[in-house]
Amino acid sequence: MHPLRLLHRCRAVTGLIFGLLVAPLAGAADNASLRVVASFSILADMVREVAGEAAVVSSLVGPNADAHAFEPSPAAVKQLASADLVVVNGLNFEGWLQRMVRISGYRGPVVEATKGLRARAVHGAADPHAWHDLAHARTYVVNIRDALAAAAPSQAAVFQARAANYLQRLEELDQRTRAGLQAVAQAQRKILTSHDAFAYLGEAYGITLLSPHGWTTGAEPSAGQVAKVIRQIRAQQVRALFVENISDPRLIQRIAAESGARVGGTLYSDALSPPGGPADTYLKLMAHNLNAIRAALAP
Amino acid sequence: MTLHELLIQPFTEFGFMKRSLVACLALSLGGAPVGTLLVLRRMSLMGDAMSHALLPGAAIGFALAGFSLAAMGMGAFVAALGVALLAGWLSRITSQKEDASFAAFYLIALAAGVMIISSHGSPIDLMHVLFGSVLAVDDDALITVAVVTTLTLALLAVIYRPLVTECFDPGFLRASGGPGAAVHLLFLLLVVLNLVAGFQALGTLMAVGLMMLPAITARFWAQDVGRLSAVACGLSLLSAWSGLLLSYHCELPSGPSIVLTAGGLYLLSLLVGQRDSWLSRRLALRAHRVA
Repeated sequence: MHPLRLLHRCRAVTGLIFGLLVAPLAGAADNASLRVVASFSILADMVREVAGEAAVVSSLVGPNADAHAFEPSPAAVKQLASADLVVVNGLNFEGWLQRMVRISGYRGPVVEATKGLRARAVHGAADPHAWHDLAHARTYVVNIRDALAAAAPSQAAVFQARAANYLQRLEELDQRTRAGLQAVAQAQRKILTSHDAFAYLGEAYGITLLSPHGWTTGAEPSAGQVAKVIRQIRAQQVRALFVENISDPRLIQRIAAESGARVGGTLYSDALSPPGGPADTYLKLMAHNLNAIRAALAP
Repeated sequence: MTLHELLIQPFTEFGFMKRSLVACLALSLGGAPVGTLLVLRRMSLMGDAMSHALLPGAAIGFALAGFSLAAMGMGAFVAALGVALLAGWLSRITSQKEDASFAAFYLIALAAGVMIISSHGSPIDLMHVLFGSVLAVDDDALITVAVVTTLTLALLAVIYRPLVTECFDPGFLRASGGPGAAVHLLFLLLVVLNLVAGFQALGTLMAVGLMMLPAITARFWAQDVGRLSAVACGLSLLSAWSGLLLSYHCELPSGPSIVLTAGGLYLLSLLVGQRDSWLSRRLALRAHRVA
């Protein structure tokens, strides 16, 4: 292990220990409005859409941060300890969460937003990135709505109305995207992306996704793998390449230049962009991704 | 598989292989003489220390401008040069040896770097750059490396004589009123420049490997500075070429492949090199006994 990584690990452990020390102090804060903690930024935004003014929503993993590599800080443990409701994605997306909940002393409900949806399997395990399918997002919204209503029954009607409105907007985006993609023949809907998070999106819109990553984020690719990907793009006539917001963009640009495909810009996968960015809400994120794909595939 | 497919074709079929090789060629041309002089000045470990000193600068560049090689390279350059100058200056005004001040400062720099990375977003982006991806060399990186190499060779040509004299006889140079300190500073500047250039292509840690290993290996094959540099440069190119091929055919990560090839050449030279190796000592011993 590289010393930097090691240092990072140490930091996480001290974070947890420190969190243990401050956690008992945190419960004493005032209890006026519902405090909801979501595990990552996309989920937090969905909760905000449904809850509106009725809840204070925060996110453990912030915008532009990688939920796969999250390391709990004392502040995050404190945040969890004072929550009334915790909403997570589920499907083993937040492997670090259980331990954190135990440490924080949080006793309330932990609601999985993916509860009840049919997850696709990848290498024998469930693929957690279900929010990339707008149809699954409906399940998210319904689960969030019910969880909020259970936590604050007096506001149930508000949540009901806001959720209905939100579902309507998701539906509209879905229709728009399908209409826009009709110009591209099914056989030509081929993209290559540096993250394997978009399988749900591909399935929903009949887009074939290829991944240049036999390597994972952080590991260095071999020349052989890069060469294979370039050959693959040439052979299968992939239309567009997408760089994702958490890996080295230079390599994709190199591959694109060499294989004659188009670089389609950034797709947001596991995190929103910081406020003011092109994808600072879930709806904007989906619109951004789908527009980018549609534009890059356009003949 | 024909010999052509094995050794040449990967570079003719794929532009990225060509670019990686050209980047390594440029790094070798500049890095080999600098590495050789570092070895001769008994500063072999300094390259490594410097590469750590780049970190906070690169991190600040990253924090300010995001994934911009220009900003990160500039930051790295300033930070490493700062550390080098401070260490050199302190060794002149205190009784501390330069290597001790160097160790102190690079450790501080390393810790500061880790601190900055940890508090500014995802460490993954920066890791990419620190460990580099020689396969992702883009135009900017290639131009940077080429410019640095040109500068290095030109500057070395100017300060070559006093630099070499200082390596072997610092007392003489000082007694004859030579420009010792200025030359030393310019040399440090070259070390930093070459490391920053290497960092654009190979990542800081791997870049030191390509600079130092061939220079150390060359001592088993040559004696005078000119030949040492030439051999080091050749070895460095050979490592890059075979390392890239290894990475291509065996699907191994490319940076480590290149440096490990350089390491392999070192071990081989240790055994069968022309001078001072295990084999040459055995032969000399036998010749001695026979005589």
